[in-house]
Amino acid sequence: MCVAYGLVAIVDINYAQKGVSTFIGMVKTLLPALLLVFLLLILFNLIQNIQSRLAGVTGAGSGIKGWWVAIVGGVLSHGPIYAWYPLLGELRSQGMRPALLAAFLYARSIKLPFLPVMVHYFGLAYTVVFSLYIVLFSLFNGWLTERLLYIGKTDDAKNVSKGGLTP
Amino acid sequence: MITAQNLQASLRKSSLAIWRLLPVLLAVLLLSSLIVPSIPVLIHQGFLGKGDLLDSLITAVIGSLAAGQPIISYLLAGELQRAGIGLMAVTAFVGAWVTVGIIPMPAEAMVLGWRFSLIRNAISFVLCIALAWLTVVTLHV
Repeated sequence: MCVAYGLVAIVDINYAQKGVSTFIGMVKTLLPALLLVFLLLILFNLIQNIQSRLAGVTGAGSGIKGWWVAIVGGVLSHGPIYAWYPLLGELRSQGMRPALLAAFLYARSIKLPFLPVMVHYFGLAYTVVFSLYIVLFSLFNGWLTERLLYIGKTDDAKNVSKGGLTP
Repeated sequence: MITAQNLQASLRKSSLAIWRLLPVLLAVLLLSSLIVPSIPVLIHQGFLGKGDLLDSLITAVIGSLAAGQPIISYLLAGELQRAGIGLMAVTAFVGAWVTVGIIPMPAEAMVLGWRFSLIRNAISFVLCIALAWLTVVTLHV
């Protein structure tokens, strides 16, 4: 990656500088969220069985409750997605359904704190319609992702895929 | 019951999870820092204005390649619409920006698997076109 920056700098030094300042800005934005996730990870690891309980809510057979947790969790989650991957990995290893992981990731598209900007540019009706479709599509996205993921796999393979989605 | 031993084990496990992700995370941030500044330039160079569907596909591809806070996509999309780009294309742009993640894909795949990541993002891309069309149709009903 540093080589790429070097090459860009040779072609256009200003662009490379802009890239570096964008990178610094992104890191600054990411650090507090990463710290929060780190603390949450510690907490989750500390409180025995909490991951098992969360995994139970989002595991196989979690039903409507699992979908509800995934979508509401996705909408309410904040910070860059990178910061959430370790936690999602942990939950997956505890048995969280791929459908609910995908639904969570899709529902994260709704960023409640930023919606006023969308309303400003596109109006309230647009924002409401767009957000509702995101919620609906997060269900569809989750369902379809899981269906396609498990094509050609036996029920046993689905059950032993805990800890990674590519058994 | 929280003991010092539990706390130590928990700290170690959590640190390891973050540490494993760090190299990929930094690489992804460096890559997106190179790509993000070029997106407004691409938009202004006349890649758009070729009809709703084609514009939507183009903006969806650009949005998919982008990485950053959704608020940036709202601002860009707002400016695009003001520049005369259709609402469907603008919505596809925002939809792809917020739902498809090409740049974060290596990090996602490392944690959740390549198969999962590819399938999820491919579906999200197709859905962002449907999302754009449905949003515009619903608003015009």
